[in-house]
Parts: sequence; structure tokens; C-alpha cells
Amino acid sequence: MISPATSRQNTLHHPAIEVVDLHFAYPQSARAVLAGISLTVARGSFVAVIGANSSGKSTLCHALSGFIPHFYRGDLRGAVRIAGLDTAATPLTELVQVASLVFQNPANQISGAKFSVRDEIAFALENLGVPKAEMIRRITEVMDLVGIADLADRSPFALSGGQQQLLALAAMLVMRPQIFVLDEATSALDSAGSRRVFSLLQQLCRAGMTVVLAERKLEEIAVHCDRVLALDQGKIILDGPPQQILASPRLEQCHVGRSRYSRVAERALAFGGWPQDRPLPVQCKEAEAGFRQTQTVK
Amino acid sequence: MMVDIEITGLSFSYPAGPAVLQGANLQVAPGERLALIGGNGCGKTTLVRHLNGLLRPSQGRVRIGDWTTDRCTVARLAQRVGFVFQNPDEQLCRHRVGDEVAFGAINLGYPADQIARLTAEALAWWDLTGSVATNPHDLPYAWRRRLAIASVMAMDTPVIVLDEPTVNQDLWFHTRLVELFAAWQLAGKIVIVICHDLDFVAEQFARVVLLSQGQIVADGPPSQVFQDELALEEAGLEPPQLFRLGRELGWPEGICTPETFLEALKKYHRL
Repeated sequence: MISPATSRQNTLHHPAIEVVDLHFAYPQSARAVLAGISLTVARGSFVAVIGANSSGKSTLCHALSGFIPHFYRGDLRGAVRIAGLDTAATPLTELVQVASLVFQNPANQISGAKFSVRDEIAFALENLGVPKAEMIRRITEVMDLVGIADLADRSPFALSGGQQQLLALAAMLVMRPQIFVLDEATSALDSAGSRRVFSLLQQLCRAGMTVVLAERKLEEIAVHCDRVLALDQGKIILDGPPQQILASPRLEQCHVGRSRYSRVAERALAFGGWPQDRPLPVQCKEAEAGFRQTQTVK
Repeated sequence: MMVDIEITGLSFSYPAGPAVLQGANLQVAPGERLALIGGNGCGKTTLVRHLNGLLRPSQGRVRIGDWTTDRCTVARLAQRVGFVFQNPDEQLCRHRVGDEVAFGAINLGYPADQIARLTAEALAWWDLTGSVATNPHDLPYAWRRRLAIASVMAMDTPVIVLDEPTVNQDLWFHTRLVELFAAWQLAGKIVIVICHDLDFVAEQFARVVLLSQGQIVADGPPSQVFQDELALEEAGLEPPQLFRLGRELGWPEGICTPETFLEALKKYHRL
């Protein structure tokens, strides 16, 4: 099982992520994309970030992985510390050994310099100077975990959109980041692929990795994550466990939409189809249990 | 103009690769809207790339109205089939949003007033009117995807193929897309959508086509296609949320929408 690299023992005493009153605007943006984000994430957390388009999810992902301010420049105020390192004061070459970001569009992640899936995953390790035997071991392990072992010899360009997403994820995971940030990186996966990735990330969190992912798959979030942040216009408007956040009516107002389970349960409340005293469900099994209750009452 | 589509015995292999499609058959009537679903790498994108001639059958035949694709150039097929790629960056090629939306319509040789009307409509539909002078590559990713759809919308073709349009999009987008589907249907256009969001598919499509291992293994209304547990599992797919919930509650009909769920709840719980 992959566990995060622990060469920087000193970093383990800090929270994985600390964000203090972060404001950010891109050079061409009319208003602040992040407008006062403060956030502490404990090591080993599995955090989902939800929000409408242009709510600031991707920008937050870039800030948590050091791409802001090192790659995307703009007007930055406030501070971001990952594993105790101030991202503005630490070179990107050092930050990438702590945090990895999987991009929204896998075509942007794939190097274009490699002609097999295996070599593409090796790319970052080669640059870090990892010994060959260890490299092979880690690549084999990560391909198995992500479920792309059968694609090892295929060209990255001959993969489907979903397969490219799995490759992008594997190529980052192989670096064993302490902090793993994913920007809607499961969007083109089928149900089995999504489930596999979410379960894998959950296991990695239990082993000490910290995962933050921008996501739209509310059911996977409900089943696997332990914290949800809802963003609207660059601010955190909701922060709490999935059971609480994913049923919140505020998600409708900010164009995210609530869990389908909570929506039907709320409508059923009106005619006694959902128990009055029961919280609205965000998972299938919670919904099943609640709806069964109104059956046995009769 | 309205056309139908007929795919007969379509097989295809990429050079030096295994067979991706193995004898697929599909007929689509004018005004039909269908969702093409299947696991990652099952050949969905490969199948639809045959509709605009980007790929040519290794065996079999693809007919769009009275044209067979093996006799048509990609440029000619673009008169009938508009195609929104999964990755917008493979499609966007102009330096201004306004030019991008007009690009396809100009290439189809429409008269200037028609180009202006179609472009303005598509820009307004996707709330891009205020961004006409923006460089497409300065738009966020989700907005580039909207722009790609707007560009194809302005081509006003009788067939429209969208490869994963809902990815990375919020509720506003979903509402707009569904309204657009309805308008296209009224105009008799064929709309073929590849989509992994099976909750969306269950709610918005009357016809669902399941592709697995290069063949079409199920084709029908979602309430029926999602009943085929074995075929779905082989394809790496799980039925939509309300469908699963209905099944767990022991209801025999395939639940696809909140409305059918609530009706069944009233019926079985005698509420």
C-alpha cells in the first residue's frame, strides 16, 4: 500500500493545510476569484470541495498545490501553508515533493514526451532521480491500484478520455504526495472506475495522506469523504460532514444542487413518505432505511 | 433539413490495435435523442467519430440521410453532423469567442445574415454575449466547454453529437442544455449524447444505448436498459441513484425520475 513519503519528518507536526484569509484575482479577472478563504485541514483528511462553475474550486486547487502563485500569477493576499511550508516562499520544485495536483483536463497533464503508459508514469520519478528498481516497483503498484495495468504498453494518445484521467491520476500518485489535490479528476470515469478511485483515496487518507478534491459526484462524496466545503463566489459558505452539507437547501441556491436522495425525501415529507424526525438522506442506504420506516408505520 | 442515421455491421480497429467495434448496428430517426453509455474505453467515442467521417469503417456502413460516409469528405459531412469533442481544446481554434462561434457557420457557407443570427443566438444561449472579444483560452475550462457547444449549435446541422457535455458543469448549465435538447427535438434534429452521468441520462433521455465490448448490447428506454444488471456490470456501470433505491425498496418498475419515484412511494406505502 502506498503511504506518503515521510522524508520531511518535521512537516508532520503541522496541519496538512493552513489557509489564512486568502484572496486571489487573475490578471484578467474583474473580481477576486477567491475572496477571503480561511481553512485548516488535518493530516489524513479526505475533503471534497463543491461549487458551481466559476465559484473558485479550480483556483483553490491551484493555490493548495503551489501552482498559485508560482505558475499562475495574479493578485494574491493572505497565506497558504502546506505541510508547514509557505507556498509563496517555497520554490515549486520543493512544493511538488509535498503536494501533487491532478488537472481537470488530463490532456494538459500528459507530458507528450512518452510513448507508453508505463513510461509516462515513470516521468516524474526519473526527474526526481528515483533508483530504477524502486521506480519499477512503484509504477507496477500504482498501475494495479488505479486499475490500468492492462494499458501499460499503450500510447497515452491511444487512450479514451476516461483512461487518460486514470493515467493522469496514476502519474501523480506515484510521487507519493503528502497532500493530493484533484480538480474534478474523475469526471469522465465510469461508475466502476469512480468507485475504485474514491475507495483508493479513502484508503490513502487512512494511511496518512491528505486529499482535497473538487468534485461533482455527490454520492461518492457522501460515501467516502469526511468533510465537504461548499464554495460560492470565492467564499466558503458551508463546511461540515457530508451528511449535513449535501442535504442543505443552500446548495440549490448556489447552483450545485443537493443530493438526489435528499431531494426526493424532502418532497416525500409533504405527504408522510419520509419520517418527520429523520435527517434527509445523502446515501442510498440511509434513504432506504428512512423510506422503509414510513412503510412499517402504516 | 431532417435526416435519419443507419449504422450497419460497423467494425473498426485502430492501426495495430484490437477491434474496438465489432459489428455495431444502430438506427436513429429524425427528432430522436439518445444517450450512448458504456464503460471507459468501450468504444463510444470511436463509434460517434464514424458519424462525421473522422473515422472510416473497417467493415460495415454508416449512412446519414442519403449519404454514405465512405463517399463523403469530413468537410461535406459537417453540413449534416455537428460534433462537440470531449476536450474543447481539440476544437477551439480562433482568437475571439465571437469568431469561434461563427467559424463553423462561415465554413458551411451560410449567407451573412444567417451567420449573424445563428451566432448571436448561440452566444446568448450560453451567456457568452458579453465575452465575444475574449480569447477562448482565457476562459475557464468549463466555459470553454460551453463555447464548444455554442460553436456547434451555430452550425444548425440536422445531427448533433455531444461527447460528455455535462462534465464539469453546474445546475445552470444542465437546465440550459435540457432546454436546448427540447428545442432541437422540435426542429427534428437527431441528438446523440455520450454521457457517464447516468442520473442525468435516466431523467432526460427516452432512449438509452449501451455499448459493451464493441457491440450494442441494450437499446431501449432507461427503465428497461438499467434493469439488465448483468450487462451493466460487465460494462462497469452502476444503475442511477433513484433506480437503485427503488430496487432496494423492492419495487419492480425501473425508477428513473423523482416523479416516478414519488408515485411508486405513494402506491406501495398507500400514502
